[in-house]
Amino acid sequence: MLAWGFLIVLLALVAAQLRSAQRGVLTRGEPAPEFTLITFEGETIDTEDMTGKVVLVNFWASWCKPCEQEAEALQTAWEMYSDRGDVLFLGVDYVDTEKEALAYLERFGITYPNGPDIGSAIYYAFRARGVPETFIINKLGEVAFVKIGPFEGLAEITSQIDLLLEP
Amino acid sequence: MRTRNQTRPYDGKSDQMRIVFAIGFLLLALVGSVGTASAQEGGPTPSPDEVNAIAKNLYCPVCANVPLDVCGTAACAQWRQQIADLLTEGYTEQQIYDYFVQQYGPSVLAAPPASGFNWLIYALPPAVLLLAAFFLGRGLLNWKSEPVKGHRATKKSSNKYRQRLENELKARR
Repeated sequence: MLAWGFLIVLLALVAAQLRSAQRGVLTRGEPAPEFTLITFEGETIDTEDMTGKVVLVNFWASWCKPCEQEAEALQTAWEMYSDRGDVLFLGVDYVDTEKEALAYLERFGITYPNGPDIGSAIYYAFRARGVPETFIINKLGEVAFVKIGPFEGLAEITSQIDLLLEP
Repeated sequence: MRTRNQTRPYDGKSDQMRIVFAIGFLLLALVGSVGTASAQEGGPTPSPDEVNAIAKNLYCPVCANVPLDVCGTAACAQWRQQIADLLTEGYTEQQIYDYFVQQYGPSVLAAPPASGFNWLIYALPPAVLLLAAFFLGRGLLNWKSEPVKGHRATKKSSNKYRQRLENELKARR
């Protein structure tokens, strides 16, 4: 009886863990996870700073070649929306070294807030599967768009953001 | 007769000794200060073997199941350089593992830490072995002590037959 109880508890634990692992990336309509990003400059950005804004969360790394393909387009898009006040871009630097990350940001002239993903906590919270991956969160705090891999160009970024902004 | 305050005659050798000692002292002080300065700037550059001794216990962040010491990706190269930088700064091996876990999460370790769900990895094999040993032992004990039915008379039946035998013997007498 004891052995059966032990086996059932064990199977339940394994099933729960497998279910968690098999969920895949966040999908459209799911609430965005709460997280805090401390930028390379030391600024803390948390969920409260994102309330009522369209938030683009981009996972990247300096060693990631495909990330370079979209870096300029992301910065150009940020320059288009930064004055509005209701759009926020966040760069989450995944398993990277600070020296190379800062060199990457300087190389592409990236000015929107960027910070290291300490302990890969944000990456796991979004259930990301690699870099680059981008999540666009609507003003209600729900995931509205997920991009696996690099954006193909500026138009792809702006078209998704414009859909979430009031006319 | 020599008095207490009588000076010793001039000895050129003792002056030379003083100069030699003074120069030696200055050289030692100079070497000491250089040593201190270099320690403040960091230790010697670690060799690739020293870096790889630590890197082999860490795993590539982007490839599946590839130790850091044999991984050829740019990410791994950066991490190995990070290990070298930390060694130069005087970090111990354990401090470097702690740094990597803090920065990148526990999945970088070759062996997962025994916390959360991971404790099962460490607890389960011995628990299964103990349970198996317990049930095997119990089974063996039961198997040995169980009587073989149909081949051995019970005490009750034995008494019954004995009484019958005695009665029959009495009757014959």
